[in-house]
Amino acid sequence: MAEFLQFAFSGLTVGAVYALVALGFTLIYNASDVVNFAQGDFVMIGGMSTVFLYATGVPLPLAAIIAILTAVIVGLLLHRLAIEPARGASPVTLIIITIGASMFIRGVAQIVFDKQFHQLPAFSGDRPIEILGATLLPQSLWVLGGGLAVFVALWLFLERTLIGKAVLATAANRLGARLVGINTAVILAIAFGVSASIGALAGVLATPITLTRFDLGTIMTLKGFAAAMLGGMGSPLGAVVGGLLLGLIEAFGAGYISSVYKDGFSFIAILVVLFVMPRGLFGGRSVERV
Amino acid sequence: MTDAAATSPPSRRTWSPRLVSLVFVTVVVAVLPLVFPSNYYLRVASLVWTSGLAVVGLNLLMGLAGQVSLGHAAFLGIGAYAVAIGPTHLGVPPIPSALAGIALSALVAWIVGKPIFRLKGYYLAVATLGFGLLLALVLTSESAWTGGPDGMPVERVELFGWRVTGALTWYWITGVALIIGVALALNLEASPTGRALRALHDSEVAASVVGVDAARLKLTAFVVAAVYAATSGALLALMNGFVTPDTASFMHSVEFVTMVVIGGMGSVVGALVGAAILVALPQALTVLQEYETAVLGLLIMVFMIFLRQGIVPGLIGLFRGMRR
Repeated sequence: MAEFLQFAFSGLTVGAVYALVALGFTLIYNASDVVNFAQGDFVMIGGMSTVFLYATGVPLPLAAIIAILTAVIVGLLLHRLAIEPARGASPVTLIIITIGASMFIRGVAQIVFDKQFHQLPAFSGDRPIEILGATLLPQSLWVLGGGLAVFVALWLFLERTLIGKAVLATAANRLGARLVGINTAVILAIAFGVSASIGALAGVLATPITLTRFDLGTIMTLKGFAAAMLGGMGSPLGAVVGGLLLGLIEAFGAGYISSVYKDGFSFIAILVVLFVMPRGLFGGRSVERV
Repeated sequence: MTDAAATSPPSRRTWSPRLVSLVFVTVVVAVLPLVFPSNYYLRVASLVWTSGLAVVGLNLLMGLAGQVSLGHAAFLGIGAYAVAIGPTHLGVPPIPSALAGIALSALVAWIVGKPIFRLKGYYLAVATLGFGLLLALVLTSESAWTGGPDGMPVERVELFGWRVTGALTWYWITGVALIIGVALALNLEASPTGRALRALHDSEVAASVVGVDAARLKLTAFVVAAVYAATSGALLALMNGFVTPDTASFMHSVEFVTMVVIGGMGSVVGALVGAAILVALPQALTVLQEYETAVLGLLIMVFMIFLRQGIVPGLIGLFRGMRR
């Protein structure tokens, strides 16, 4: 039981990070049909910037805020300089552009930062909390709480603000949105900005547990994409459930079957979902698209 | 590209554009060794021919069938590891091993593709992505068979007591393989299957109304692309004398898709131009060392934004525009 709980804790923690990346995917995908392969690099930017700012003596909360703002600027630049000029291109072309952007960000990060693994101190100590024989790191609570906060904030933004409703309208019908006077280009820029901030926040929260490096983005993108597919591309609830599920599958797979194939379980899960219910878990009822 | 050329005003002697492409590729392969100053260039060119073979195949899938494979390097990996594992662990000579690898690759493509093509959209991209990552993971983890992350050596091919080595020898082997691959691809494009695939790409509804079986044709294109990739992988492994899991990595798959798109989807010559750029550029960029990834990423973005149709169709379009 203690073992089971232990795996569940670590699975949910990692899953919350995947869920945040998947949420970022969903936001951009819904606003533009672009599958942003640079999504994981926002996570890297968040983590690495915080680490390097913190090392120069900037207090941790301030370092985290500057790091998230950096990611937002990168996200906005990505939209302005790479996605916007290629408007109207085929989805494959747009995907390749984001892959190029991801390589570019990674290449620059390896020059600006370095090629080492980096860690941040846990936000509120390293003393594990014991629950029914299993231990939970306080940082895991930060990750889970952060994930929950982002989801609620995103929901409030989309449902309670005018800009959020414009994002929803753009997702539902781009032409229709433009007809009622919504500037869809601005909405897409907002989607990139918000998406980058969510990714960067995930990077800041997860770095004390998972470490970070300049090339973290690739694997994060793949896992986030897998989570989004698992939940059903385009559904924010699906992204969260898909992310958590992916984390749990990995943790239990690694714990009970084989730790070498930890990453493999998530990809097997994708293939199974694809063959059995290709729209993903929540894709069929895409009523509340973000 | 071929279609656009066919509708242009007829010149004095009309050569079929497909024949022009084939003659062009043959001439380039035949002439280059005469102008290359050293073996190093032959080696790089051989790499371009092997990659080009895989890209020509992937181009059939992307340009004709309009489907993307994000795990295409996995099929290269199957071909490459077949010629590595066959002789070392099973005592099967390299050439039968290569054929077995190619057959296995086709079978895997068929199994993965069969349920996928019943669905509309980019599901093949996701399925191939998942499969590609799985295979790369297996190749990295099963060290007893594959040598793990460091890879394993591949036995040299011996034909009638003659060891197949040397830069020039491999240049001709890969060059001829490429020419055959290009000829077959052009043939397929001109065949009823190719025409049906193009019809499908233009309008799936219209094509199915006139009796084109969309799912079966896409599956055919996918299996053919996998065969090209496995052949390319086997040649690559035999030429290099070693294999690493990088052959089957996700980034390698991305490179292939980029080669197709940069060169120009649907254009065989474009596929080769794309392969040449992405193989040769990193060689040239090694002087920049740590800037390599950044520069490559930047170039990919710039190409995709400003030459959206790809280099070859883009340049042909420019050329036509100037003549008017």
